[in-house]
Amino acid sequence: MNSKNTYNKPVGVIGAGSFGTAIANILAKNTDVILYARNPEIAKQISLSRLLNGVEMNPRISLTNDLKYVVENCDVLFPIVPSENFPALIDELSHFLKPYHILIHGTKGLMVLKEGWENDEDLKISKEDVYTMSRLIRERTLAVRIGCLAGPNLAKELADNQPAATVVASHFDEVISEGQRLLRNDRFQVYGSKDLLGIELTGVLKNIIAIAAGALSGMGYGDNARSLLISRGMIEMIYLGQMLGANTQAFLGLAGIGDLVATCSSKLSRNFTVGERLGKGEKLSDIVTSMEETAEGINTIKIIIRLMKDYQMRAPITESLDRVIKGEITIEEALRFLMKAPFNIDIDFM
Amino acid sequence: MKKLTRIPQVIDTSKTYNPILSEDEVWPVVTLAKNRKEFMERVIEESFQRLKSLRPNINTLIEELELTRYREKLRYKTTPWKVDPEDEVIFWNGVKNSLLELNGAEKNEKQKVADQILRDIISRYIYEITGNFKPSHYRMTRRIIQFGFARLLNAARIKKFGSFWRGDLTLQDKIQIIGETEQIRKLAKIGTVVIVPTHFSNLDSILIGWVIHTLGLPPFIYGAGLNLFNMEIFAYFMNSLGAYKVDRRKKNLIYLESLRTYSSMAIRDGCHSLFFPGGTRSRSGKIETKLKLGLLGTALEAQRINYEKGEVGRHNKIFVVPVVTNYNFVLEAPALIRNYLEQQGQERYYVDGERYEKSGRILKFLVEFFTKGNNISVSIGKGLDLFGNYVDDEGMSIDAKGNRINTRDYFLFKGEITANYQREGEYTRMLSDVIVKEYHRINRVQSSHLVAFTAFQLIRLKHKNLDLYSLLRLPVDEIEIEYNEFRKAFSKLRNRVITLFNEDKVDMATHMTNDIDRVISLGISNVGMYHSRRPLLFNKQGNIITEDINNLYYYHNRMDGYELEKYLQ
Repeated sequence: MNSKNTYNKPVGVIGAGSFGTAIANILAKNTDVILYARNPEIAKQISLSRLLNGVEMNPRISLTNDLKYVVENCDVLFPIVPSENFPALIDELSHFLKPYHILIHGTKGLMVLKEGWENDEDLKISKEDVYTMSRLIRERTLAVRIGCLAGPNLAKELADNQPAATVVASHFDEVISEGQRLLRNDRFQVYGSKDLLGIELTGVLKNIIAIAAGALSGMGYGDNARSLLISRGMIEMIYLGQMLGANTQAFLGLAGIGDLVATCSSKLSRNFTVGERLGKGEKLSDIVTSMEETAEGINTIKIIIRLMKDYQMRAPITESLDRVIKGEITIEEALRFLMKAPFNIDIDFM
Repeated sequence: MKKLTRIPQVIDTSKTYNPILSEDEVWPVVTLAKNRKEFMERVIEESFQRLKSLRPNINTLIEELELTRYREKLRYKTTPWKVDPEDEVIFWNGVKNSLLELNGAEKNEKQKVADQILRDIISRYIYEITGNFKPSHYRMTRRIIQFGFARLLNAARIKKFGSFWRGDLTLQDKIQIIGETEQIRKLAKIGTVVIVPTHFSNLDSILIGWVIHTLGLPPFIYGAGLNLFNMEIFAYFMNSLGAYKVDRRKKNLIYLESLRTYSSMAIRDGCHSLFFPGGTRSRSGKIETKLKLGLLGTALEAQRINYEKGEVGRHNKIFVVPVVTNYNFVLEAPALIRNYLEQQGQERYYVDGERYEKSGRILKFLVEFFTKGNNISVSIGKGLDLFGNYVDDEGMSIDAKGNRINTRDYFLFKGEITANYQREGEYTRMLSDVIVKEYHRINRVQSSHLVAFTAFQLIRLKHKNLDLYSLLRLPVDEIEIEYNEFRKAFSKLRNRVITLFNEDKVDMATHMTNDIDRVISLGISNVGMYHSRRPLLFNKQGNIITEDINNLYYYHNRMDGYELEKYLQ
């Protein structure tokens, strides 16, 4: 028992984007943190200035760009990188990860691991080809104690120390309790959930709806339209979640409806911003090139559209967005289509 | 036919295996049998301590005891078995009286009496669970199986009395052992092996017992359903092959903990063990997709305790070896599938009980089995650790890249081994997923399985508008599949099986690549061959008919889970 008290390894955060940095700052209230930035220049720069995007770093955070160093010195790791960088990160991590590591990721995206799927429209995509980040970690590394973070956690508000809460989901009680112990403080509440897949999918799927909400806002519509979208969007999320094997419950909690309301209402959300600019008539390619960080929703739409082909399902909001993004229809046409859509039963999933 | 990119394993039936030798002088299972009393005392003590920690409060303990007594009374009143001891009523009435005495007793006295009742119940259970294994007995039984069966086989095959005593044919010609036979022998020397076979037939335990012996392995202990001891012939083999008894009627906490402790301690002592992780025989004929986690969990727990104790050598590591039995014919198929359909269809009546309780029936089957050309193959899978990783021949766990894994790390939390039942429950679930996957991978497709699958799917396609239950009620004389149609469909499915085989997702018997008409006719003559109503037959026109569609459905289910049906639409 005594040795437990002296066991004070720092906690690792992998990814020094805005969310990663915000989480590192929250963790630093309770523990020493090693923050990994892939780019050595950035690591050095943050190290010196103690600032990232204007956010001050807690002194208990040390910076590195040596992945091996983080993994070997920490038992608990928070990988928080964009989903497109996740597979490469996992490949690297797999050399160092051991079965005792606890990984709690904060990446709200999906991956398709099938060679050339993006270019070949005829290639069938099935559920088995679609990976959540936890599945990727589980299948590609020796780590088994895996969890995720999800909830209304806009990085900027977290950085400002505003009150907020998150959900840590894992099949393992000890992952949830470690997550809670490390993250919790008097401004940050942490709920636990056993439904890892459900919680991951809420975080992933809400990004689609956030883009749509942004689009409505960009077109100048108000709260009636947004509420309509949020509630219909919620139902679409639940159906897509069920298709991917999740239960309904997770969608009704903090990481589901909670996160959905936040991202559909806030200009701080990247996905919302993408939608807003689409709504104002900008082209996707122009928007993407001008943004610093990835909007996961765009990639998620692509994957969901391909999946639905195989499952013969309809998801009107996602489909309309997809056509807008591809430039097949205008955002006005998409809206008209949705208003006429023959899906007029309010609740039919319970 | 699709091209093979790897070659199905050809079985060398002449191969013999010498008994492997123990690194210590004596196998733990022999030690255990010799010091059975002492072992039982240890199990009783540990079970007692476990239950005390689960029910630390005197009132909850008394509640548990009362609940147990009540359930036990219900059991012996509603489902009495022949094997049940005669003093059942006396014992539980005694418990009842002791529990009554607790009312009004002082607190200290209360605790003492309750503890004593608990200990008595545990002892009773442990005495029941512990088998009658005697090492000398084991050797003799093995010899009987070998000698007797082989003689029977020769007599029947050659049909001349004189040949009865000649060793022309052996059981090994009948039962083919394939897969990782050398590895399991190595693993049994360097660690403790837990064999986890699929479960289709009551014959499985004898079959696996024979396989273990043939491979030169020492006896394995295993939990056999107490109901099997209702049948004298099985009881004889079980008692002599290291079986302990599991009573699935007893679902009370005290019994389950006693059983878990027994299994866990035997494994920790280094006794090789055998569980049927599916729990009971597959009712549907499908390969198990859901495993019972209880006994698998004991192996995991044993591994953790071994690491905690810092055990080295053979007591350090536990290996799990999946095994699949491939039958063309399952004696109990009609009863099993009826049972399955009744349960699934939620019909109001439920038929329980064993339909083959008489040794005579089984003997008759054994004679038929050995006199007709019905080969059984047993596939031995690759060794796994308790976390679902493959192990190499030295027993080291390896990851997908071939790097070695220190499995002790799985139990570490903040640098120390910790006992965390929730975590171990998750690990057990992970392991069971891997075992299920391995079952499907090493399952050796025979023509009989694939003809049954093809025929049933064709019938289903022809009656698309019927649900399963209506389909199974079709009058059999209305079912006839034109041979060419069948042949075409079978060819498609065989190609798919070959593709899966090339991708190492299933195994395949060598005869599967023969000329297609030969494969089909072999399959049809083998599938469910001793049933009075055959699942498949040729009629005079050379088309394919069935005499019992339920049985056909049962044998069809064997190929479930490979999504083959997609290739017929």
